[in-house]
Amino acid sequence: MAEQLVWPVLFAYGEAAIAYAGNARSPGSLGRLATWGVRIGWLAQTALLVAQAMRADGFPWTTWAGSLNLFVWLVVGAYLIWGCSPRFRLLGLAVMPVAAALLAVSYVAGGMETATATASHDVLLVGHIAFALAAFAGFTVAAGLAALELWEERLLKRRRAGILQLRLPSLMTLDQLTVATIAVSLGALTVALLAGVARMPGHGFDLLIGGAVGAWLLYAAILYLRLRTGRRALAARLALVGLAVVFFLQLGLMLTHVA
Amino acid sequence: MNVLLVGTSHRLAPVEVRERVAVDADGAAELAGRLATDGEAVCLSTCNRTELYLAAPDGAAAVHRATAALAELGGVPAEELEPYLYRLEHEAAVVHLFRVAAGLDSLVPGEGEILGQVRTAYEQGAVGPLLDRLFRDALHTGKRVRTETAIAESPGTTSSAAAALAAQVFGDLGGSRIAIVGAGEIGALAARRLIKRGAELTFVANRTEERAQLLADELGGTSVPLARIADAIGAADIVVSSTSSADYVVTRQDVADRRGRPLLLIDLAVPRDLDPAINELPDCYLYDIDDLEAVVQETLAGREAEFAKAEAIAVSEAARFRDWLATREVVPAIASLRERAEQIRRGELAKASGWLGELSDRERDAVESLTSQIVNKLLHEPIVRLKEAAVAQEHHGPENRVEG
Repeated sequence: MAEQLVWPVLFAYGEAAIAYAGNARSPGSLGRLATWGVRIGWLAQTALLVAQAMRADGFPWTTWAGSLNLFVWLVVGAYLIWGCSPRFRLLGLAVMPVAAALLAVSYVAGGMETATATASHDVLLVGHIAFALAAFAGFTVAAGLAALELWEERLLKRRRAGILQLRLPSLMTLDQLTVATIAVSLGALTVALLAGVARMPGHGFDLLIGGAVGAWLLYAAILYLRLRTGRRALAARLALVGLAVVFFLQLGLMLTHVA
Repeated sequence: MNVLLVGTSHRLAPVEVRERVAVDADGAAELAGRLATDGEAVCLSTCNRTELYLAAPDGAAAVHRATAALAELGGVPAEELEPYLYRLEHEAAVVHLFRVAAGLDSLVPGEGEILGQVRTAYEQGAVGPLLDRLFRDALHTGKRVRTETAIAESPGTTSSAAAALAAQVFGDLGGSRIAIVGAGEIGALAARRLIKRGAELTFVANRTEERAQLLADELGGTSVPLARIADAIGAADIVVSSTSSADYVVTRQDVADRRGRPLLLIDLAVPRDLDPAINELPDCYLYDIDDLEAVVQETLAGREAEFAKAEAIAVSEAARFRDWLATREVVPAIASLRERAEQIRRGELAKASGWLGELSDRERDAVESLTSQIVNKLLHEPIVRLKEAAVAQEHHGPENRVEG
């Protein structure tokens, strides 16, 4: 029965994606509909995850489809922190269609089922996966913010007359949020890595841990570039590169660490 | 009771009249208290308007008292003030307040200050249930208009376009530092707009140091010689330039590495003061007078559509208020209907107690709950119909009178 909750979630995320698209064409009440779609969808997805957690014996998102479900929840949750503000609605246009599509993939692949047989009791593995997914969700949202920042920078440089009509967040707000999101996500990735390293004596070093260390170094470099040398645009571009790294790591994590 | 409005504004009255009837916050609170003897009153007084919102059982008497109060404020006979006054009632008064809160009736449409002024008037007014709801809805309308439309972001002049662009780059301008190059009136006007939004002046550079010092004293900064501008510019976030120099006053070489700190340069001069090559530097954004004019033209084109959207919001919120008001008028009838039904229920229960026999607490609760539910379900439909009828009657009600 809990799986049926996916329909309201998909409907709400889909509605939000369509409303965001409509709002981009003609800003107005569609923006509010979109925001409510995100809120209601996220709450419904939270209920779905809680139901899965209660019915499972252990960590229930051990299949790649299940972890994708959790990942979508984390991404939308990260977006929700400040995404309900009217000025961030363009970011919603980038986030919500992807969230709806990934959730649909997760559902089709059985991510909503309560996989008791595959539920994990390995605390280190659970910590490793959960924190890595949280970090990847944060990096994904940071990439969206960085893309918006680079686009706004381009509009300002080209002196586009209609820039004020787009009602974008200010350049500095986007910069600060990108940096803050990366910093928090880097903390989560650090915890995930520590959990991974702690498991190493029993399971050995794998390529994915190496990749995660590489991602950690990349994001640490982004923070260094932005905070110590002031290379704002370069840091934003690297955050986009980071998204590609995260994509492959996410794929690797799902294929190797989960059933 | 209904909503009434007596007032004057920049649309009807010249400043000589407006300043006579203007009151400060304490005066507005005192006046509202005085006018609310048999009802409710709020006095909204700004530099562009003085308006008295009333809710009273005797509308004509309340309007007469409000007119007399305004005449007393202005120190003139009521007849002399008459040509500058407007009186609105019912929905017209409601729509007017909602338009005011939305900034649609302001001198500069969409300006944000009026919303705070409406809030202050509400907080200091003598409000009861009617004006309390009215002003809360007005504040909600004002916020909705600013959230859902871009009316507040439609600069109508190049100096306000410069301020809007600065906000687009820096967000909150609090703490942003402005440098003015050239002590002319155009640059000073743009700087004043930025300062009004929270920015602070760091320096004024001008060929004539006395004039630079004069402007720096007025706006709260220092003056520097034009020759030393390259050293000083590093401390600024926004540069506004408007000299009559024939050559570039600031060149690409004058701007040091910003290390991620944006620099917005506004060139209001013709011929231009700022080397266009500065725009190629990282973190530097240069707008000349043509760019600003283009921003103004673009936003003016969009403003009409935003204005229409904002009007629609004000009207729809006013309709919502009207519906609430209509249903409020049937509340006593609904209350007496419920009371009568409850009397019947209790009476029938008392009659039945004989043959029901001795009931346990649980059984008595079940019977109470069952009979209450039956009564509520029976009443639901007529109550909904009553409310709908009240709303429908209000829709076809008397026309709103508009005078003045």
